[in-house]
Amino acid sequence: MMSINRFSKFFPIFILLAGLFALMSAADQVQAQGEQPAGPTDNEVNAIAKQLYCPVCENIPLDVCPTQACAQWRELIREKLAAGWSEDEIKTYFVAQYGDRVLAQPPATGLNWLVYIIPPLAIIAGIYVLYRAFRAWRQAPEDEITEELPVAEVDDAYVAKLEEELRQR
Amino acid sequence: MVANLGYGALVITLLVSLYGIGAAYYGARTSKHAWIASARNATLLTFPLITVSALSIIYLLVTNDYQVDYVASVTSNSMPFYLKVTALWGGQPGSLVFWSWLMAAFASAVTLRKWERDQEFLPWVVIVTLVTLGFFVSLNIFFENPFLRLWQTTTGGVTKAMLQPAGSVAYIPMDGSGLNPLLRHPGMIIHPPMLYLGFVAFVIPYAFAIAALVTGRTDDRWIRITRRWTLVAWLFLSLGLILGGRWAYDVLGWGGYWGWDPVEIAAFMPWLTGTAFLHSVMIQEKRGMLKHWNMILIILTYELVIFGTFLTRSGVLSSVHAFAQSAIGPVFFAFMGLTFIVSLSLLLKRWNDLKAKTQMSSLLSREALFLLNNLLFMGILVVCFWGVIFPLISEIFTGQKVTVGPPFYERATGPLFAGLLLLMGVAPLAAWRHSSAKTLGRAMWKPFIASLVVLVVVLVSGVRNWAALLGFWLSAFVALVTLYEFWRGALARRRRSGENLPIALWHLAGRNRRRYGGYIIHLGVVLMAIGIIGIELFQTETQGTISRGEQISLGDYTVTFDSLSVFDTQDGRNVARAVMSVERNGRYVGELYPRRDYYYESQQPMTIPGVRSTWEDDFYILLVDWQPISSAGATFKIYHNPLVNWLWLGGFVFILGTLVAAWPERDPEKNRVSARSSSYATAKA
Amino acid sequence: MSDSLENNPDPQQGDALPAKKSSVEIAGRRISIGALAAWVGIFALLALLAFGLLRNQEGPVTVGETVPDFTLTTFDGDQISLEELQDKVVVLNFWASWCKPCEEEAADLEAAWRIYAPRGDVVFLGVDYVDTETEAMVYLEKFDITYPNGPDLRTEISQAFRIRGVPETYIIGKDGKLAAFKISPFISLAEIQSMIDPLLES
Repeated sequence: MMSINRFSKFFPIFILLAGLFALMSAADQVQAQGEQPAGPTDNEVNAIAKQLYCPVCENIPLDVCPTQACAQWRELIREKLAAGWSEDEIKTYFVAQYGDRVLAQPPATGLNWLVYIIPPLAIIAGIYVLYRAFRAWRQAPEDEITEELPVAEVDDAYVAKLEEELRQR
Repeated sequence: MVANLGYGALVITLLVSLYGIGAAYYGARTSKHAWIASARNATLLTFPLITVSALSIIYLLVTNDYQVDYVASVTSNSMPFYLKVTALWGGQPGSLVFWSWLMAAFASAVTLRKWERDQEFLPWVVIVTLVTLGFFVSLNIFFENPFLRLWQTTTGGVTKAMLQPAGSVAYIPMDGSGLNPLLRHPGMIIHPPMLYLGFVAFVIPYAFAIAALVTGRTDDRWIRITRRWTLVAWLFLSLGLILGGRWAYDVLGWGGYWGWDPVEIAAFMPWLTGTAFLHSVMIQEKRGMLKHWNMILIILTYELVIFGTFLTRSGVLSSVHAFAQSAIGPVFFAFMGLTFIVSLSLLLKRWNDLKAKTQMSSLLSREALFLLNNLLFMGILVVCFWGVIFPLISEIFTGQKVTVGPPFYERATGPLFAGLLLLMGVAPLAAWRHSSAKTLGRAMWKPFIASLVVLVVVLVSGVRNWAALLGFWLSAFVALVTLYEFWRGALARRRRSGENLPIALWHLAGRNRRRYGGYIIHLGVVLMAIGIIGIELFQTETQGTISRGEQISLGDYTVTFDSLSVFDTQDGRNVARAVMSVERNGRYVGELYPRRDYYYESQQPMTIPGVRSTWEDDFYILLVDWQPISSAGATFKIYHNPLVNWLWLGGFVFILGTLVAAWPERDPEKNRVSARSSSYATAKA
Repeated sequence: MSDSLENNPDPQQGDALPAKKSSVEIAGRRISIGALAAWVGIFALLALLAFGLLRNQEGPVTVGETVPDFTLTTFDGDQISLEELQDKVVVLNFWASWCKPCEEEAADLEAAWRIYAPRGDVVFLGVDYVDTETEAMVYLEKFDITYPNGPDLRTEISQAFRIRGVPETYIIGKDGKLAAFKISPFISLAEIQSMIDPLLES
């Protein structure tokens, strides 16, 4: 432990070193991002753009859409991020501006509930039909052995022949 | 001149088709074989006729006859020869002719088979195939004519017509617009033909099913005849889908292989019912059950093919893939409606004749598990179908356009696909008819334990994502069960015949191509699943703008932007090519060359990524083209896709397995017997 | 979609229709529930697709049709609705900052506005289609546009007019009916005037 006096002599140097250290860490970031000004990175923008769809060209995600309009929308996201907006706020803003189709899934309101309900219902209906069918089929009589395919006669001859051949090996 | 020849050939094809339909119908109704033979000849005649038409288009494309509007829209002076030929399917009119050509080819091939045992099917098969052919040819004749020529009228405007309008002169552009750059990739060259082959080939089993319904021959004869057709159709459709995925991965620059785009799904739906059908017909052949269901499945497959074609070409949906809006929508709609109604009516009429003495004694028997497999496939189909038409429903009833995108499909189909994987592991071990938990357990415990070992290994290697763990475990389980089946079969054969193991394996697969081909397909699916798990759950990406000399890093990798060269090529492109050196964990691993090609004539850019592929992962760099590209600053998008090459390997194994299953045997009767006796043997084992 | 499996509950009775099979009576004929569901499903699907096709074939709003009411929220925050503009000629112009052809007519539109503004019975409205506010403001500044402009929130207005692209201009007469429209940019100021002037004699 240094005495207070020596500490105060070296204090400015410590501040300088701490500042340099901070600068160097920041410089690392700048190195990786090159020309970009400090602000939301491309990755932060893309993280949100990935979840949105191009309002004009249908079914193209916003982070890969090459048109000028899409580039402008990504810049819009960057602006909003820089202004401190959260992901939900940005998405709500996009929906208010461009409609529900910018979302990757229909919002679960009104008629859209059908999107989420129908497939599970259909599968349950399928399970029910299968269940009924299984039950019916299991109740069939005990003459399992006699129940055969219509073309069985042809096969039987071959089966007999093969079994004979196998016996001979 | 050539254009007139081509168009004339189309018209004659239509007339011959109409004649064939009439002759076949009349011959069938009155049992006059001469008429049926005539219809058969008419079918054979359509093929050379439509070949003339297709060759005319190719001739026009290759000779750069720009007066023909279609040629001007899809070719250009600077396009290489092979691309000009493949431009045949580069646009709507030409691709419809290509479709018709394939239909005529398959219709002819099927009429050339031996019909002695199935005389009564012939006229109806002819009718169904010629009706389909006739429909597509009429689309070309009346709506999407590839032979329309450009004329300059007296008022100075340019119109398109077959025959020269009065007072006009030929208008011949100096150069064509050229094929869309995205379509100039090798994958894109064989992806549409493969898909069309698959679609068209499925018309044949459907035709036989309709013939069976009409003639009342509701035994499984129609299935046996079309078994190889179905497998071949399914082969091409699968290949088309896999190639489409590969093309998207290589060229679109989205870092993925499947976007759940409505048009992709439209091609996927017939594949789903086709796969369900392939499994379900085995139940009918072995147990005589499910006649209704098999009819429903093949009818659904055909209708989904038509529906998918309608969606893609009518402009009702829009997507990256869809053709431009067209007048053929309403006509397609009418045809679809007609085929739906006719198919359903015939099915309901024969419903009671399709009854069979059905009995299922065990819920764990193979037939029960196949039914479960069908349920899962139909579940996925419902999800896909509903997701595709819901935006339409929403727009009509609420006026709001919505997007149903990947999150919906992935969440809904994920568990279903997992269920299918599980079934792939259990069903091969289940016997036909009788199978209990005990017998199944006895057959299953060895691969099951081994799969748990694999699971532990995966856990130890650091994977914590529960979905990935489940997926890897299921993949291991299925792979082990399948390999175990090969092992048991080869051992049994060796015991019987004394051959050594590799030869035993070869002969085993040779005698039971459908079964072992199927197992190879399952192995292919497992490999694909591994690739899919890797890229879907563990993909990372980054994007950044750097200048020359600077670096971007992603995970273990660091990329340095070494240099950029910009130059023009001979075939009309401006190329910006970046040289990037890649390091991993500090060690240099190679150079990559992402490019941006700008096509002058179509004024469209295309990005080609620089990719480093290993079994472990793909390192994928894109030169972003919507930002300026220069040494002072260029934007790169980098994807790290673990395990993705297992997807392509799996696709390859998948196709290989299908070839094995479809390969013609020397004696089909012998093969059927062997399959039954070996299933008998392994069930007892 | 109706996908019914073999739903025969009584396999012993060969070809005859078992008595307990679920069915309904329609117009004197028995039809099973499954078959009914299949027919309903198919017709529902066909009806849906027919609607979709018809919608596609529909062009934009036609001349003589009563224009749907809409409310435009301008960039300044004002709300202007078509209802309150009765007895005025409304020139509704759809544009976007990313639309190059729109720039060709921007100056002419502003000039036309300045000519008609003093009259008081002609209103110019600009609807910014699927755009960003920042870029839109830059565009408006560049052409010094003074008439009210606002974003097409939720694309409701463009959907009501069923536009196919930008720029498109719809001129609504004093009676609230569509009097004229222009797809693609106006070539000159004179063309704009030639479309508005006939409507001013009322």
